[in-house]
Amino acid sequence: MSCRRNPHSQKVTRVVSAKKVVIVGAGPAGIAAADALRAQGHTGEILIFGEERHMPYDRPPLSKQILAGTWLPEKAELRTGELLADADVTLRLCTRVASADVAAHQLTLQSGEQIAYDALIIATGVTARELPFGHHLDGVHVMRTLDDALTLQTGLETAQRLAVIGAGFLGAEVAAVARSLGKEVTLIDPLELPMQNVVGDEIGSMIAELHRHHGVKLELGHGVSSIEDGMGQATGVTLDDGRTVSADAILVAVGARPAVDWLRSSSVPLTASNEPGAGGVRCDASGRATDDVWAIGDVAAWWDPTQERHVRVEHRQTANEHALSCVRDILELTPTSAKSVPYFWSDQYDLKLRSFGFPSRDSGFHVVEGNLEDHRFVAAYTDESGRIVGTIGSGMFKAMNWWRLQILDRRPLGDALRDRQITKRSVE
Amino acid sequence: MRIELDQDACIGAGNCVITAPDLFDQRDDDGVAFLLEENPSPEQESSAKEAEALCPAAAIRIHKK
Repeated sequence: MSCRRNPHSQKVTRVVSAKKVVIVGAGPAGIAAADALRAQGHTGEILIFGEERHMPYDRPPLSKQILAGTWLPEKAELRTGELLADADVTLRLCTRVASADVAAHQLTLQSGEQIAYDALIIATGVTARELPFGHHLDGVHVMRTLDDALTLQTGLETAQRLAVIGAGFLGAEVAAVARSLGKEVTLIDPLELPMQNVVGDEIGSMIAELHRHHGVKLELGHGVSSIEDGMGQATGVTLDDGRTVSADAILVAVGARPAVDWLRSSSVPLTASNEPGAGGVRCDASGRATDDVWAIGDVAAWWDPTQERHVRVEHRQTANEHALSCVRDILELTPTSAKSVPYFWSDQYDLKLRSFGFPSRDSGFHVVEGNLEDHRFVAAYTDESGRIVGTIGSGMFKAMNWWRLQILDRRPLGDALRDRQITKRSVE
Repeated sequence: MRIELDQDACIGAGNCVITAPDLFDQRDDDGVAFLLEENPSPEQESSAKEAEALCPAAAIRIHKK
């Protein structure tokens, strides 16, 4: 390969606050970064590229209020055109960035147009994983974008039987909404319990029971071997034991993979899909990937100094935290000392699960407040030395806020329980 | 400065309560936040803005007046 110096690489050095920042991805992370830049006094050009046709919107409501029809799509909108214009942020929708040239500080759009940057923020998120079969059939859906949600919603207007492949958060939430719409729902997963890898056996059992109670048929412990084709329309899902679950709508909710294909020809570092960071952009603890390139949100695998490994977290909260932190790095401000823990939520029927830190089925599990039967509890997850690494709770929000703080310092569970008794006594 | 909180969008993450405890609190049973003070003082403005930036449900909007 030639090492001829690119004539465009002779950049004009600008004052930090006047840099041209280009953000690829108009989801929550990209929008939060633009907000944070302006909030920190950045005066330079901000240009955001979004692949979709919609104004930037929030994703968590897609599988909840939007699918259920209780919110119109506008309610999930993050910014109106007017607000972006007020902040002097340029948004180019329906535009796909094809590649990045880090040495030349330049992007190439699919149209061939070239865009120069001083700082690049990669916020392209993730795309839904698909099965190796069935996706060409009518009635087979994935759920990642607003258009996906609206298409499934339309499909459910006529379909009576929905099969959900994958009982993770997305699949379980969609199953709950479809039941509320009066559909027959089957929830299928190779694991023995819904969301088992993250929440573990105890809470997984509670969620399974909740879905059964609401009339969802559970096919757990089963893989899927094919999707049945009736003249181009999906008619059912055949399980690994040969039985067929008949369905006229099918949602494939088997996870997501980082949207990094456009970066493969560049020198932006990526983590392997089977190592910590799970295929995301490899970043340091401030989100910097390489010279003048940062990555934030679902696509970004940041170095986590506590765990001493790269971690990619597909949580809505992380998008905001990454944006705030990377902008300080771009603008050469002192990093904030505020520590935080990953956070996610899942609403299913009237259960409102809230998770902090890194719960997992491999951790120790302790109900530290309330009880699972009433759906009012806080559970602590501990590592092999008995330190708290995560919590999941429902219906006890004050208690959850106390316990989340114990994760920051990975406190030993026994110490935390003792302090909690003292705290409660002093309140009473 | 005026804080607008959309309780219908709030998902009870509690970041606002931890970031700006003198401006926000939340209900214990469903976690939905409520305002303790709609018009923050000049000293409270930066924590109000931080709460807006952190909210994972985009339920907080700060208006300049």
